[in-house]
Amino acid sequence: MASQDVLREEPSRGSFINDPKIRGIFFQVLVVVLLVAGVWWIAHNVIDNLTRLRIASGFGFLKGRAGFDISESAIAYSSDSTYGRAILVGLLNTVIVAIVGIITATIIGFVIGIGRLSKNWLIRKICTVYVEVFRNIPPLLVIFFWYSGVLAVLPAPRDSINLPFGSFLNQRGFYFPRAVWGDGSWLIFVALLVGIAMAWFVARKARQRQMATGQQFPVFWTSAALIVGLPLLAYALSGFPLSFDYPKQSTFNLTGGFQVRPEFLSLYLALSCYTAAFIAEIVRAGIRGVSAGQTEAAGALGLRSGSILRLVVVPQAMRIVIPPLTSQYLNLTKNSSLAIAIGYPDLTATAGTVLNQTGQAVEGVVIMMVIYLAISLLTSLVMNWFNAKMALVER
Amino acid sequence: MKHIAIGILGAATLGLMASAASAATLDTVKAKGFIQCGVSTGLAGFSAPDDKGDWQGIDADFCRAVAAAVFGDGSRVKFTPLSAKERFTALQSGEIDILSRNTTWTINRDTALGLNFIGVTYYDGQGFMINAKKLPGVNSALQLSGAAVCVQSGTTTELNLADYFKANKMEYNPVVFEKLEEVNAAYDAGRCDVYTTDQSGLYGIRLTLGSPADHVVLPEIISKEPLGPAVRQGDDQWYHIVKWTYFALLQAEELGITKANVDEMKNSASPEIKRVLGQEADTKIGTDLGVSNDWVVNIVKAVGNYGEMFERNVGSGSPLKIARGINALWTKGGLQYAPPIR
Repeated sequence: MASQDVLREEPSRGSFINDPKIRGIFFQVLVVVLLVAGVWWIAHNVIDNLTRLRIASGFGFLKGRAGFDISESAIAYSSDSTYGRAILVGLLNTVIVAIVGIITATIIGFVIGIGRLSKNWLIRKICTVYVEVFRNIPPLLVIFFWYSGVLAVLPAPRDSINLPFGSFLNQRGFYFPRAVWGDGSWLIFVALLVGIAMAWFVARKARQRQMATGQQFPVFWTSAALIVGLPLLAYALSGFPLSFDYPKQSTFNLTGGFQVRPEFLSLYLALSCYTAAFIAEIVRAGIRGVSAGQTEAAGALGLRSGSILRLVVVPQAMRIVIPPLTSQYLNLTKNSSLAIAIGYPDLTATAGTVLNQTGQAVEGVVIMMVIYLAISLLTSLVMNWFNAKMALVER
Repeated sequence: MKHIAIGILGAATLGLMASAASAATLDTVKAKGFIQCGVSTGLAGFSAPDDKGDWQGIDADFCRAVAAAVFGDGSRVKFTPLSAKERFTALQSGEIDILSRNTTWTINRDTALGLNFIGVTYYDGQGFMINAKKLPGVNSALQLSGAAVCVQSGTTTELNLADYFKANKMEYNPVVFEKLEEVNAAYDAGRCDVYTTDQSGLYGIRLTLGSPADHVVLPEIISKEPLGPAVRQGDDQWYHIVKWTYFALLQAEELGITKANVDEMKNSASPEIKRVLGQEADTKIGTDLGVSNDWVVNIVKAVGNYGEMFERNVGSGSPLKIARGINALWTKGGLQYAPPIR
């Protein structure tokens, strides 16, 4: 103990300047002071310049009447709505395209990633070509490819391509019948929820029974019967309240039905295809990261190759896959701002229009940055939670 | 130590702010030797690069006129192509000295955006264009209910469009793009049925389409669109130079001073012409403005008078063939009117 004390005191023989501890504190304080001063200076300069140029500032403009229309909106919006609501419409459009894009990209990515490890030469090569093509093209070009190359060359509304079930495809988008729910249709949704809950319960019980007794139970067919059968029963009981609104030809466009606009379609397809290529590589790396001994050991236990993948390889691969997957989800969300090139009213586009109509550039950009930051942090939070859940539980 | 750091920072801050605040636009323009002029990304007749890459059009020529007034040389202009969305920020931030980009003068832009419009170089109004071949029965904008309408984002056009359809209880489907070329491409490809922008713009855009003869501009004009150049607020000297350049162009036309006869006109017997051209003895009109006394001579030599500029770019001398209409001088029944130069 005594000798250690001597050793510790030795370096502080010189002046304060040479004391590493004091030095450390000094430089940390200095960095904090410089940082605060820098931020203060920028903020001060902005405010000063705005007042000098007599540009109105503050967030009061969000309550003003927007005056412009937005083509796609998940919530009620008209030109009488406020600027704040216009930005909210843009935010929801971004969230919608990000969520469906993430789901699709994940599915394509997993299929392609596993396909690259297939023993079948043709499947392996097709998947390799897919990855190499989409990974090496900028996302903006992929968007233009879908928008100008695929969807814009479809026929005009008058010569729409007729698809089954009263759907149409033309250069204005994809039209399909819209479901109109009549009185009593709430029963169907309740039945669906009950069906899902019961299926989950059955699956849980079946698993417990298999753990305890080794006996298996046809979970899949039971669940399918519950989830499909119960709502159908409710549909019949409530007197068939469902009808369809079919798209019809009018002077200019098809009216009625549900329209998926080409702007949304091309952005969604492009983001999904592009990000899927990266996810495929992550999945492949994850599976490769599980040592071959695991597969061999599982094989030695008598598991079939499908079960080996499902029960042994994928759960271990997931631990490698999830962290880089989070980055890809964030990339997809942020790449959705490229929508502006094809006129999909996402957050960047609507907030940009608001910015331009009001001239509130600083506030507009701050709003956009804060929202994107919030979306990204939220995505990270969810993925971190998922990662913690999937992590190897040590017993 | 900390105090020193803060002191240095404070001094630097003050110094930087002072330099940003006090620099007059005229001085910075003279120091760099050219005028940075914000124009559109390509609108025939107003500002569009020709096959040699030189910017042509009324808006481009207006910047040349200001350069001629300041430097005596109309070529000392650099052009910055801007989208509708970028234009105000570019001017506010000092990236450009003049915004001469078919921009509508509104009260909001004059007040909340910190701009000053100097006048109206072109009186316009918003119209609609359709493909008459695909829509044979349509001959009025009131028949457009249900149509998909292509429009550029961040413009007064977008707002007028919403107002017009709402006022007439019609439905429409906006197809909005940020860049003019994207709107043109979408309309040409048939993504929308109707194209709406200022009527002068429609005539210009029609020429760039695949088959111009198929498209017709509908008769309705749904708004007032006074287009003019704008400068930043808070610099009266620069504002006056740009404003009086515009008036000088009008005054020259009114007095019959043209690019061809400006040198002869210097010896005119008319005291008014002599005064405008800076030939009056001991004149201070130009120097009071902050430019040389022969500034009007330089302007007219560079781009001609307003009428010449109009005919060359959008009128009979151009493919657009737009009539003078309300853009004629007040003496000929139009709205263009300049206060006296004296």
